[in-house]
Amino acid sequence: MRFSRRTVVTGLAAVPLASACSTRSDSLEFWAMGAEAENLPALLASIAGAPKVSIQPLPWSAAHEKLLTSFAGNSLPDMGQVGNSWISELTAIGAILPVPAALSSITTGQFPAVVDTNRIEGRLMALPWYVDTRLQYYRRDLFERAGFAAPPQRWDAWKAALHMVKAAAGPGNYAILLPINEFEHLIGMALSAGASLLNQSGTRGAFSAPEFRQALAFYKSLYDERLAPLASSTQISNVWNEFARGYFAVYPSGPWTIGDMKSRLPPEMQDKWATAPFPGPRGTGASTPGGSSLVVYRNAREPAAAWALVAKLLAPSTQQSLQQLTGDLPPTRAVWGATGLNADPITAAFGVQLDHARSLPKVPEWERIVSEMQGVAEQVARGMTTIDRGVREIDRRADRLLEKRRWMLERRA
Amino acid sequence: MREAAVRAEARAGWAMTAPALIAIGLFFVFPALASLVLSFTDFDIYALANLDNLRFIGFDNYSRLLTNPLFWQAMRNTLWFVVLGVPLIVILSLGAALLVHAKTLKWRPLWRVLLFAPFVTTLVATAVVWNYLLHTRYGLINYGLGFFGIAPVDWLGNPSTALPAILLFVAWKSFGYNMIIFLAALQTVNQDLTDAARVDGAGAWMRFRHVTLPAIAPTVLLVGILTVAGMFQLFAEPYVMTQGGPAKSTVTVLYFMFEEGFKWWNLGSGAAVAFILFLCIFATTLVQMKLARRSGAI
Amino acid sequence: MAWLQRNALTFLAAIIALLVVAPLVWMVSVSFMAPGAAAQFPPPLWPDDPTLENYTTLFGTYGIGRYFLNSVLVSCLATALALLFTVPAGYAFAKLRFSGRDAVFQALVAALVVPGQIGMLPLFLELKAMGLVNSYAGALVPWLAGIFGIFLVRQFCLSIPTEMLEAARVDGAGETMILRKIVLPTLHPILVTLALFVFLGSWNDFMWPLIILADQDLYTLPVALAALAREHVQDNELMMAGSVVTVLPVLLLFLVLQRQYLEGLLAGSVKG
Repeated sequence: MRFSRRTVVTGLAAVPLASACSTRSDSLEFWAMGAEAENLPALLASIAGAPKVSIQPLPWSAAHEKLLTSFAGNSLPDMGQVGNSWISELTAIGAILPVPAALSSITTGQFPAVVDTNRIEGRLMALPWYVDTRLQYYRRDLFERAGFAAPPQRWDAWKAALHMVKAAAGPGNYAILLPINEFEHLIGMALSAGASLLNQSGTRGAFSAPEFRQALAFYKSLYDERLAPLASSTQISNVWNEFARGYFAVYPSGPWTIGDMKSRLPPEMQDKWATAPFPGPRGTGASTPGGSSLVVYRNAREPAAAWALVAKLLAPSTQQSLQQLTGDLPPTRAVWGATGLNADPITAAFGVQLDHARSLPKVPEWERIVSEMQGVAEQVARGMTTIDRGVREIDRRADRLLEKRRWMLERRA
Repeated sequence: MREAAVRAEARAGWAMTAPALIAIGLFFVFPALASLVLSFTDFDIYALANLDNLRFIGFDNYSRLLTNPLFWQAMRNTLWFVVLGVPLIVILSLGAALLVHAKTLKWRPLWRVLLFAPFVTTLVATAVVWNYLLHTRYGLINYGLGFFGIAPVDWLGNPSTALPAILLFVAWKSFGYNMIIFLAALQTVNQDLTDAARVDGAGAWMRFRHVTLPAIAPTVLLVGILTVAGMFQLFAEPYVMTQGGPAKSTVTVLYFMFEEGFKWWNLGSGAAVAFILFLCIFATTLVQMKLARRSGAI
Repeated sequence: MAWLQRNALTFLAAIIALLVVAPLVWMVSVSFMAPGAAAQFPPPLWPDDPTLENYTTLFGTYGIGRYFLNSVLVSCLATALALLFTVPAGYAFAKLRFSGRDAVFQALVAALVVPGQIGMLPLFLELKAMGLVNSYAGALVPWLAGIFGIFLVRQFCLSIPTEMLEAARVDGAGETMILRKIVLPTLHPILVTLALFVFLGSWNDFMWPLIILADQDLYTLPVALAALAREHVQDNELMMAGSVVTVLPVLLLFLVLQRQYLEGLLAGSVKG
């Protein structure tokens, strides 16, 4: 075959194609997101004897998709940060390595619910890096005007207080913001009521159980009694303005809002807001234990080196540095004292709430199930269907989504 | 001697078409057929990890889609894009072509280039620009509307205006290409006919309706078919500008397929969506051609 | 007044063209504004204090230069390979006689109706099996299978006089020689159109690179820009600068070659 100029050019073109894989150097490849990715270099600099690390920052909005695409393409890194709700899915597909026995002692003294999220079928698959949860940010001045030093911790008293706060705020206002498209609020109430959400093996929905019905009824009543506006998160133009205005006096959110409150609310509002744990039917309510964990991926070239770095990142002093750099809450209780988080009333409330956290079902399909749940819950809240029909519809959809999992578990048995 | 030449020519013919045909077969035909097969399985993240977890489920993907309210929402949104978008784009591009074709127009090449420019630009980049143009408070569009006394519209935040807003962007971006096609067609319209019509006293509109339009009818059909296919395949615009919101009002069929396949990793279900999409485009193309034949245009 | 009547259409064209091009002009204008300057009411049209800050941030902090090079590499390769595959095929379908030629070509035309995305998911699995996921080669693949290019080239080649080819055959020239020495020189206009078409298409391609490229280092400009846009939706000026970097090369290329490109398209559509 004559080697025409064309053939040579094509051959040359093939060279970069063949070596198209990213240049894998000797450093550990670490994928991180958000503020943690930005501050990771500084954090690593503070660790003595840290290995060489090549950091790839991912935006939170694309991180989950990107992890799965990389899994499909066999291009996962050595280690990385993951949202702790993804751990069950990553375990199910075999993308991450279990935590070595030597490191499991790191979890002593950490918030139990958070550690539980990292434990899949009894095995520890990841280690918590930082924790968060949701609680209520409230307008202290409006509550005081209504005669309350802090929001009551039982549902009935809390709802009565909300009515009085709404009256104190003036006409045209509400008491609490619960965006109708966000599932976190109903889930928090369900956990507070003791709902298990799915059956023991995670193969069928348990949304028809009395606890979830109770939670859904309570959730619906907040809209029915006009304590919360029937609006989605995109319809509230500027949450900070509205909170300052008194449009709502309670704003459920996480630790990331502390910084926002301090920077976006005017100075005269700074002593008018505070945090408190959620209420429950019989006392302080539960919430979901959120946060990120550190994992080592299946194809890591040197898992031992990666786990060694994980251990260093989770040392109490490094947890303290992370807290100072990003404001993230550390998973180890002892560190809270050292960083003054227990002393500050704003953050102390998070500690209390985390003590009352309960983990969610750890099935890979959970994210999809909860999204369906909220769709039906919105219909219930808007009066388009009854609670009874609603919970049975959620069960029906959850069962359908879990069908494959049932089949796989039956096969394994 | 002759036979050898014929055989050599035939061999060369196959040799020259082979690379392209192999590529088309391997990277287009085979995946398209595989899509059909995949749509009858429940390929998901478990199967991605281990092929043992794959099952054939017959038409289950299709029946589940047909009972999925979000799928119907995506179909409705896409049909709105088609019903509103195709006439809009055809009229805009035909109008632009008529303008650029007009005899008394000066600096013709300049206008042709400027009107075609949006088509050349990267969609993601211009989607980002339009995101800001449509901003409720700081966007130029609301600012301009303010001069006509119209209150600021929350274009991308309001479920009823998000789709028209994206449609406006799509029309801006794509009318240039159709304009060129119409220009080519207009250049073939017999000048004598229009001149004769003018001499007979026919005004510009009459000349257009009775001389020009019938002459370019096949092109109108072609542009219609291309635009319909294009409207069915909108993806990047909702992905960049609205992520399918607000309230799922801008989820298109292709966006739904992308989420099904690459967010939830239900590749089997995603393939079923792709196949349904193909059938829709095919069906509407057939309908368009039938209507055109019936009306005598082609 | 008579002047206005004579030039009414030109005036109209000018206004319409201005409106059409305005978003692009504004895009460039905002890219030179200081961060935060564009988010005011009334929205500014021109920068008070032009600055290159957004560009330095893009190239420095976000390393957009890397994505630019990726786009250049992928687009150039796609164009070269597409021409290599399509031109001989288009010529063969037009001028060479071989059995099944017309049937195969009809099948290709029919396939034009099928949307490219139908095979996207299985193509992903296919490339995963071939080990091409997350590589430049994976991003190039769709451009090798371009049916429209074959169609364009064939249209153009139909007008080549067959006698010229026969004369060359009688002189003893082989088919490849005929293609290279006789046909290729006449194909210059369509080559430009096709090359520009593929370059534009691959430069602007978004959905496929989004799916196939997982590694940030390999991102092409549209994918990088979309990722940036989702994270930095508040940073107008930065995003506009990113858009300028993405749009400017192809816009310039188009402006330089626009006469050939438009004429190629015009010629293609008349016969089509």
